[in-house]
Amino acid sequence: MDMNRNLSRRAALASGALAALAAALAPRFALADEKMVADEIAKLYAGKKMDAGKIKLDVPQIAENGLVVPVSVDVESPMTDADFVKAVHIWADGNPQPGIASFYFSPDCGKASAATRMRLAQTQNIVCVAEMSNGALFTAKAEVKVTIGGCGG
Amino acid sequence: MANPTPRVRVPKSAKKGEMIEIKTLISHEMESGQRKDSAGKTIPRQIINKFVAEFNGKQVFAADWHPAISANPYQSFFYKASESGEFKFSWKDDNGQTYTSTAKLDVA
Repeated sequence: MDMNRNLSRRAALASGALAALAAALAPRFALADEKMVADEIAKLYAGKKMDAGKIKLDVPQIAENGLVVPVSVDVESPMTDADFVKAVHIWADGNPQPGIASFYFSPDCGKASAATRMRLAQTQNIVCVAEMSNGALFTAKAEVKVTIGGCGG
Repeated sequence: MANPTPRVRVPKSAKKGEMIEIKTLISHEMESGQRKDSAGKTIPRQIINKFVAEFNGKQVFAADWHPAISANPYQSFFYKASESGEFKFSWKDDNGQTYTSTAKLDVA
């Protein structure tokens, strides 16, 4: 038996299979990046000054299951008619699309705190921006390490 | 897909000025538009893209959801009790449907 021929055939089969696998996986790896998040922020608040602080962004440091990752935000504010948090936007820089959620508060909320659950495809940064009723902006960022991704499949 | 069923947890009563937490959940696939079926065809996106909570007809809280929100989306937020009345929650689906649920609150 011709060893070389046999091996090359195997190699050819393997590379074919790899190519097919890569093609199948390719769309999954067309992920967002920091720039896409920055672009999304610019769409809403181009050129505006943002400060750190006021926001407590609560996400797990390590998420074992990327399909269901709790995320909560809590923004310091008196929540009166004159001074309240209008909106909080959340993005992620390693998902197929950067958007996660936007929360819209009113003074009737009493406090600017809300929680949901998100999918994360891989380890990535969560970025949020809070817009106050007077137009001031605050931002916060946190990394979540994802053990099993929550996209596709 | 089975009909989305909302589940909402609102306290029956609250003291005036008390901060209550509202928790909501609705059964929904939240198909992200990223997945492929066994034939390799992309499964079209179908998610709930908006959640709105009103109290006595006035919007209290709303959320926009992107495909990155988990299946059976959960949302919690707060409400400062001021008067008795009724909450109305609505969820807007990509397919144009709106699912709603209501809950009464007594404020003493």
